[in-house]
Amino acid sequence: MKYNAWNIFRQGLTGNRGWKEAWRKAEPKPEYDIIVVGGGGHGVATAYYLAAKHGKHRVAVLEKGWIGGGNAGRNTTIVRSNYLLPGNQPFYELSMKLWEGLEQELNYNVMMSQRGMLNLLHSDAQRDAGARRANAMIMSGADGALLDRDELEQNYPFLDFDNARFPIKAGLLQRRAGTARHDAVVWGYARAADQLGVDIIENCEVTGFQITDGHCTGVETSRGPIKAAKTAVCVAGSSGRVLAMAGMRLPIESFALQAFVSEGLKPVLPTAFSFGAGHFYVSQSDKGGLVFGGDLDAYNTYAQRGSLDIVQDVAECAVAVMPSIGRARLLRSWGGLMDMSMDGSPFIDQTHIDGLYFNGGWCYGGFKATPASGFCYAHFLATDRPHPVAAEYRLDRTMSGAMIDEKGQGAHPNRH
Amino acid sequence: MIIDHPLLGPRDSAEFTYFGAATLMDRPTPEDGPKAMHDYVYLRDNPVGLHRELWYHAQGDRSWLVVTRDTMTQVITHVELARDVATAKAGCRS
Repeated sequence: MKYNAWNIFRQGLTGNRGWKEAWRKAEPKPEYDIIVVGGGGHGVATAYYLAAKHGKHRVAVLEKGWIGGGNAGRNTTIVRSNYLLPGNQPFYELSMKLWEGLEQELNYNVMMSQRGMLNLLHSDAQRDAGARRANAMIMSGADGALLDRDELEQNYPFLDFDNARFPIKAGLLQRRAGTARHDAVVWGYARAADQLGVDIIENCEVTGFQITDGHCTGVETSRGPIKAAKTAVCVAGSSGRVLAMAGMRLPIESFALQAFVSEGLKPVLPTAFSFGAGHFYVSQSDKGGLVFGGDLDAYNTYAQRGSLDIVQDVAECAVAVMPSIGRARLLRSWGGLMDMSMDGSPFIDQTHIDGLYFNGGWCYGGFKATPASGFCYAHFLATDRPHPVAAEYRLDRTMSGAMIDEKGQGAHPNRH
Repeated sequence: MIIDHPLLGPRDSAEFTYFGAATLMDRPTPEDGPKAMHDYVYLRDNPVGLHRELWYHAQGDRSWLVVTRDTMTQVITHVELARDVATAKAGCRS
């Protein structure tokens, strides 16, 4: 049933008893054309685009818990396409364009708010790097603007312009960037995929892969075996432990990232912004809380929580760039499971096992990539060819040397 | 997280820099071939459960430690000097 004003009115007249479940509680069939392992944002998006763009309807999403219960359920909601490298920026701009049309395409409110993303720049060299990145953004068809100090003081007076240690020299602004509601994206894609015949199967954990002679023919699950011509793994921080069941080691380590929400405040942040002299980024939710984060807990962990020294670190950055935040109370914190790749960039590729595909290595930047990740993974699964904007996301790039070192910090997960 | 240094006693993990899996102590030789070197540099087990890993006491005595920690519960079960681990391995080999 479409979500629209007429149906709200009509259902209201009959006691709201006619609303259907957003997606069926499908029973697993014995066989599908394509199985997507992982019911997070990327997994349900992949299933949707397989059905919507490639006519693949015999598709199942297998999720060990409830869909969107991983990083899609706990991120800092920022959506942007402000990367530098040619292997990355066109991909994120495709994602940005998909975000812009998403609510219409899915008939679902994902609370898309294009309030802008501002990267602060604190030195001449950093401003030069900002100019380079703005140009890369413009060349990819995105928008990017370099604001000087006067424009920043006028539009963002809450920032600390008197800070002699971290002087604000300029800012890189992407006006089309913004935030979206993380849960809603998963539900929107799931509902739309379900309406196209995709089976969304929750409480179904993959416990093994059916592999004979280097060929994957399906999976073993907690709800029985399921056959498929193609199995597409898409499990973010759990990539290591899932693909270990296929005998694979990956260039990925799982670290924790903490994120925080303050008490509700009156509107103070018109845009999302990031600190240039420390790892800190923040936006304000519609409920008024400041949603922010910073550095990783940079050690292998599946605990989905981090340690207190990082909390202090993030708080210090926050107060350095926006002193008034020091009076706000910290309401909530949580941790997620980051699939940290060796160069900080992701993989969308087939594995060396026929019929087994892998999407992962998103580090801490997977949410903004949700639409394009699903779009490009679906393209790969349907055509056995990488989508042009995801052409560099090869699993063997560690061997071939074609690393996508976006931050220029070197090929080790600790650096990203 | 508290790491019980064998010489200095319990220290905050923030005094340390994490390096990665302790398997990184076993560097292949050129004779092992390029694939062995690639796998050593880039591939990881990344296990759930007990993980032996290298921590560098950057803000302390600058020693390297091999820490055995459960990656699900964060509980540290064993801490030893990397030097001791390496010499024990060398002893076994000869």
